[in-house]
Amino acid sequence: MSDEVASSQGRSSEFIVSAQKHKIQKIKQKTGEATLLLIASFVAIVVLFIFYFVARDAIPFFRLRGFAEFFTSPEWYPADDPPHFGALAIIYGSLMVTLGSALIAVPMGVIASICLSDILPFSVRQLVKPVIEMLAAIPSVAFGFFALVVFAPLLQNQGGPILMWTWWVIAAPFLLLFVIVVSELLTSSITKESMKKPVKMALSTVFGLLAILLLYVVGQHLQGLVIMSGTNALNVSIILSFMALPTIVSVSEDALQAVGRELREGSYALGATRAETIIKTILPAASSGILAAVILGIMRALGETMVVWMASGNSSAVPDPFYNYLDSVRTLTATIAGDMGEADQVTGSARFHVLFAMGLLLLIVSFVSNLVSERIVVRQRKILSGQ
Amino acid sequence: MNLGTRKLLDRSFTALGFGSIVIMGLALLVVLTPIVTKGVGAFVFQGTIEHRKLLLNEFHRGDAREIEKEAAETNRSRQKVFDMLATFDQELDKMDYEQQSKYRDSYGQVKTALRALFGPLPGDSEPALTRFQYGQTRWNKAEEKLHDLLYEQKWDYSNPDVIAKPYDVSRAGAFTGTSLAGLFPYVEENLDKMMMPEWTFYWGFFTEKSLDAHFFGGIWPEIQGTIFLAVGAMVFAFPLGVIAAIYFTEYARDGFLTSMLRSANSTLAGVPSIVFGLFGLAFFINTIHVSHSKSVLAGSLTLAIMILPTIIRAAEEAILSVPKTYKEASLSLGSTKWNTIMTVILPAALPGILTGGVISLGRAAGETAPIIFTAAVSVGAAIGLGDVLGSPTPALSWNIYNLASEHEAAAEIRHVQYGMVLSLVMIVLLLNLSAIILRARISKKLKG
Repeated sequence: MSDEVASSQGRSSEFIVSAQKHKIQKIKQKTGEATLLLIASFVAIVVLFIFYFVARDAIPFFRLRGFAEFFTSPEWYPADDPPHFGALAIIYGSLMVTLGSALIAVPMGVIASICLSDILPFSVRQLVKPVIEMLAAIPSVAFGFFALVVFAPLLQNQGGPILMWTWWVIAAPFLLLFVIVVSELLTSSITKESMKKPVKMALSTVFGLLAILLLYVVGQHLQGLVIMSGTNALNVSIILSFMALPTIVSVSEDALQAVGRELREGSYALGATRAETIIKTILPAASSGILAAVILGIMRALGETMVVWMASGNSSAVPDPFYNYLDSVRTLTATIAGDMGEADQVTGSARFHVLFAMGLLLLIVSFVSNLVSERIVVRQRKILSGQ
Repeated sequence: MNLGTRKLLDRSFTALGFGSIVIMGLALLVVLTPIVTKGVGAFVFQGTIEHRKLLLNEFHRGDAREIEKEAAETNRSRQKVFDMLATFDQELDKMDYEQQSKYRDSYGQVKTALRALFGPLPGDSEPALTRFQYGQTRWNKAEEKLHDLLYEQKWDYSNPDVIAKPYDVSRAGAFTGTSLAGLFPYVEENLDKMMMPEWTFYWGFFTEKSLDAHFFGGIWPEIQGTIFLAVGAMVFAFPLGVIAAIYFTEYARDGFLTSMLRSANSTLAGVPSIVFGLFGLAFFINTIHVSHSKSVLAGSLTLAIMILPTIIRAAEEAILSVPKTYKEASLSLGSTKWNTIMTVILPAALPGILTGGVISLGRAAGETAPIIFTAAVSVGAAIGLGDVLGSPTPALSWNIYNLASEHEAAAEIRHVQYGMVLSLVMIVLLLNLSAIILRARISKKLKG
């Protein structure tokens, strides 16, 4: 009995912490926290280091050759004597494939994310998510290999028919819908019921014939196109768009999910259809988040190396005419990857440093667009939470 | 607009949504189908007698006596071809110069095609390159070479407006009336007797080194290099990422410093992969000289900073998803904050953190651009674990590029390329699949 009392007394004395002990514990805690902070700020240090070390090797180029040639001349002959370091055609090539992939990936990605967040039932969504994750996980070099070995020969040999069929499959439903809606809209002002039907029929027939003519003429033109090489801007744009899609879909789905139920229910209560609710209510509310998604997706395409290196054709000239997607192009990333092998031997020359200048350009663009998209997301969160 | 039209528009909108998702699924299917079907062909194929001879001579595998017996049998069938060649040689000697020159070119082509099929012909000196010491090891390639033997490819330039088209001309026609005319139908009919194709599962594709720049053999050095690089990256990035995530979720107070650190994290996530390569070259190799030139260490460090933001984000999410009650219960029992983190929060968050880690591992294994300047070489043997500090390594991702775009006979070794792509895609997808399964289990557990 007395033992128990003694031990409980001893235990209670453990709880009385002396001031000194308390101090030591506090210091320990502070140093621990400081260590954690140090490790967490490692990321910031790395970012600073990346900027510093890429810039350090890029600046000698601008010091040697100035800015004008790099940004304004399309002449890229780094190995000639005297060498030319005009990167205009290469920058243009980067922009071209990025724009091309954005044209495919942005509408598809936004619509797919809408479908995922608002249309598909939960069980189907659980099936689609892994598909998107797998698409995001496939290594870029595998996409590049597919573009080079499978898609490029196909495009070169069957390009015309492929383009024609794609045009028909995509354009025909849209044109059909367009004809129906336009003839409906034009006849809606006619008040006489007996007049309405025949006028509508006549209008639909006329527009329908015009649409078929358009389909046919453009289809014939596409089929007649001669594709000299399958490794071109179109090939790369299509493949890059599939690589950018997962980013766009997942980020803009998050933005759509962030729009509350109240907005949706309010719109339905006013008698809007689902499509009207989505287009007129949800999309405007989520627009900034979707914009951020688009920026991130575009950055993915701009920064991609292996696909463009393997399948863009790597010709450092502006396509002729400038909008010709069937021509070979060359991008900043592919030039860095491809030319380093030769330039590495001459470390210190303009030829070596120009590649870092390109890297710096990419780095700055990615930094700025990241900041912009981050600001947009923060602002949207504030607006939606009503602050 | 009347109700009907609005309904139609609504339906079309839904169809559009379904359409885009179906296209995405199709894209995945279209990319994966050739990779899987042709990739499997790298290790499951009809191997010829040449394949078995190669395995016996170069890797000392297979039943020597059995293979010798088969080789003798195929040689008996082949001997007839060689006899025909010898007869035609004599015939050629008797002809005058003009007739000889008529046959010389196409006879040379026939001999080249036969060498491609059967390996060195009798009387040839032993070739220096391994690729010429053996005939076709794969039956489908043997059939291709048979086509080359039977037909000559010519190009049709008659219409200057379109790209020239190839067409086939039978070689037998050039030799009608000579003793060689019988050779073509004989080879065509008896090819399987001369090659003895058998379905083979060539597991050595994954475990053996390559021979003669990937003409024969396996891809083990590349697989091993990929594992070294990815695991090395994880060794550096995983602890750092988890500790940073603990700081962000448990200690960071809202303020300028924290928001700046978060910005830095998302900036790092958005840096193009090739820029990481440039940084790795400029910093790890040229400035602090972690190694004399390219090395596994430099590549791993570069990959580590690339996957760091992904790990931090995943770990943060995992820690945040641990129910608050766990933490409160632990603190109320008198446990310190650090103790709570180590004994309660981290164990509960571990599966989620591992999920992020596994996905990052896959990403590190699949990336090419950061290792081009820092770690990857095109050809080389598998390096030992002790060499990772100083020597470069071949890696799947880089060698896929290299074999498909820069190899001198890229079209001849498509099966190896497909096999490599399949291996890489399988590694990455299996890692991702395990992450998906892991996550599904967690969400089930959290639901109770």
